[in-house]
Amino acid sequence: MTVSLTPEGEQHRPSLQPTGWLRYFSFSVDHKVIGLQYLVCGFLFYLIGGALAGAIRTELVSPMSDFMPRDVYNQVLTLHGTVMIFLWIVPVVNGAFGNYLIPFYVGARDMAFPRLNAVAFWLIPPAGLLLISSYFITGAAQSGWTAYPPLSTTTAASGQVIWILSVLLLGGSSIFGGINFIATVLKLRRPGLKLMQLPMYCWAMLGTSILVVLSTPVLAGTLILLSFDIVAHTGFFNPGLGGNVVVYQHLFWFYSHPAVYIMVLPAFGLVSEILPVHCRKPLFGYATMVYSIMAIVVLGLVVWAHHMFTSGTPPWMRLFFTIATAFIAVPTGIKFFNWLATLWGGRIALNSAVLFSCGFIINFVLGGITGVALAQVPFDVHVHDTYFVVAHFHYIVYGGTVFVIFASIYHWYPKVTGRMLNETLGRLHFLLTFIGFNLCFAPQHWLGLNGMPRRVAEYDPQFAFINQLSSAGALLMAISTLPFLWNVVASAFRGEIAGDNPWNALTPEWLTSSPPPVENWEGEAPLVHEPYGYGVPIDQIDLAAASGSDLWSSGK
Amino acid sequence: MILVLGGLWIGQNVNLLPADASANAPVYDELFRVLFSIGTILFIGIVGLVIFSLIRFRRRPGQRGDGLAIEGNLPLEIFWTAVPAIVVLFVGLYSYDIYDRMGGMTPLNHGMDHSGMLHSGMLHSGMDHSAPMQDAPPPDEHGERVWGGIGTSSIQAKDGGAIAAVPIEVTAMQFAFLFRYPQGDFISGELHVPAGKPVSLRMEAKDVIHAFWVPEFRLKQDVIPGQPTVLNFTPTRPGTYPIVCAELCGPYHGGMRTSVVVDDPESYEAWFNANNTLEVADA
Repeated sequence: MTVSLTPEGEQHRPSLQPTGWLRYFSFSVDHKVIGLQYLVCGFLFYLIGGALAGAIRTELVSPMSDFMPRDVYNQVLTLHGTVMIFLWIVPVVNGAFGNYLIPFYVGARDMAFPRLNAVAFWLIPPAGLLLISSYFITGAAQSGWTAYPPLSTTTAASGQVIWILSVLLLGGSSIFGGINFIATVLKLRRPGLKLMQLPMYCWAMLGTSILVVLSTPVLAGTLILLSFDIVAHTGFFNPGLGGNVVVYQHLFWFYSHPAVYIMVLPAFGLVSEILPVHCRKPLFGYATMVYSIMAIVVLGLVVWAHHMFTSGTPPWMRLFFTIATAFIAVPTGIKFFNWLATLWGGRIALNSAVLFSCGFIINFVLGGITGVALAQVPFDVHVHDTYFVVAHFHYIVYGGTVFVIFASIYHWYPKVTGRMLNETLGRLHFLLTFIGFNLCFAPQHWLGLNGMPRRVAEYDPQFAFINQLSSAGALLMAISTLPFLWNVVASAFRGEIAGDNPWNALTPEWLTSSPPPVENWEGEAPLVHEPYGYGVPIDQIDLAAASGSDLWSSGK
Repeated sequence: MILVLGGLWIGQNVNLLPADASANAPVYDELFRVLFSIGTILFIGIVGLVIFSLIRFRRRPGQRGDGLAIEGNLPLEIFWTAVPAIVVLFVGLYSYDIYDRMGGMTPLNHGMDHSGMLHSGMLHSGMDHSAPMQDAPPPDEHGERVWGGIGTSSIQAKDGGAIAAVPIEVTAMQFAFLFRYPQGDFISGELHVPAGKPVSLRMEAKDVIHAFWVPEFRLKQDVIPGQPTVLNFTPTRPGTYPIVCAELCGPYHGGMRTSVVVDDPESYEAWFNANNTLEVADA
């Protein structure tokens, strides 16, 4: 049903120039084309992943396993996790926005390695199709996106091997992208542009790419060992042959915890771009934002075992990873307080981009609070592998990152297409998404605390009502996609003409035409020393024109 | 101020947890209430700030000017770095204390890890589990290494003596738990434990990874093929509670459930004797 979607579905993406829409299907080396390829391709996979989530929530409407066979349910939850992480969030927050924006921000005409960039993108559609087609050909993997052995080595081998191949391709794509971003940010900056003058998204992508390059190869190696265990019957993770199943978990989470930061750090960067523009204020605390990104990168590499508190881990390990994990809250907290301070005293335009950004702040704070709680071993021992954890990470990756992806689409759509999105539909989209999301996932905290484990097709009937509530929320989330899709398609043809800089922004991507020409600027690239130079200095406020509240909020 | 008091009130009075049925469950609930109070205060505070800012500082029709050019405020930034750091440190130390009271910090293999783990047990004065451990039988009588879990098989009683725990061997397989009582040499599909006496589970899986979870005990431990784990607890409240497998183990993972029956000591004795095969053999 879904296999043929990718190549044909890309047609509804509006072309930058009326001629040459075919280049979106070509091996283009233009970073803007590649960015859009990532975005549209990722969004199509998001729809597939969303349909899979819908199937899961439909199964869970009743406490019995009655909607689909039990092994199909496990295939569906495995595909849902893998598609959403590796084909939607990671490629979109990194590949799509990174490719589109980073060359603008550093004042370059393209990425450092344009051909590598195109290769990185073109690994994704075949990997995604491979993954999804495995469901139709042999049956997909059934061991969850974590693929813990011995379950992954004892269930149907063909689906698992295809899953490994697909994740290896996607991991390769991610590494190519990461190398490219590091090289572009560090080496392709316009002469005269210092590191500490870069827009915050560059720092976020630099930190993210460091994590990608350090940790993804570990996942790749682990999955290759796992495939040896499956195909060649080696014993790396087979206790019957002297292997150790817990070693897999260590190696897997050495990548997959940083993967959380690979998914949220770029989102942090994007919010830092969006808020100052619409609040008409400088980004609060630029330097501390940079340091906290780097602190998250360092800490993010040494917290992986908090996913294994109930596994075969000795007491000292449980303690160390508690402390390390809890401390990530400090740099993360700094970023959130800085955004609150950016809002404070601004002239906030309440448009869809800002609403989604603020929805992100609220959702992510809740996800962060449950995250600090989960870091505490005794707390985690009770709720590990329950719906509490499901609720927690959906607050992080959906309430956090996906909200930011939508905010970013509302913010940059005028630049990409030259036309504005419809504001009313945008706010409707926000309202439906926010209510649906919270209705879907907030009750799951209670489910987990009271005894419902995750990844089950059948459950204790006492949880039926709360599960139905959650499924209703999921339905609302599915409906919320409709005004968005209509808005994006219709506005591409009939939207209000945006002009080059509808938000009066200062960052370099707005200092060119909409849509931007190939190689980004006619003439020389602008040199932006103060990407957040908005606002009126306090001593220049016109006392006659200023209201009391302006003075009050300035602290005078 | 209202926020702090309100958060504390919600944290203390809203109960989101199931009944508590083991000695460590009230300890856990104490931690939960502290975390819930802090979380509520933080969440309501930040949501309040966001909504207040969005309303108070929204751009009104006709306003064209920018906001204020405030780029930073060092004392304020130091303040909101230091406060979360202190809160996190406090929560970390507090949860360490809780985990220690649950028996989580006692070494699992005292022969092997003893020297390395001794000082961390000593850090917490007054809760020194390592001394009575010397006399207690090793948690693993098979002489194999225990890879993870909570507690040792001896629990310090109030008068200072060690009470021997009821040993039970747990085998997890697709898709059931089996409970073997070595003292009576019989196997049960339902776990029976006496209220008020320490119980020591030694767990191993036959095929894939499972997890043993009793929500009412607030305890969970993975059951791993090839790597024995232990779980020690003292049930307190008689009743029947679900045992749930919490690690994806295959198609019937959701159906892998059984019950733990916490009996009062007399009915446990009666149940045990009714099943005991050794006794019968002797007689």
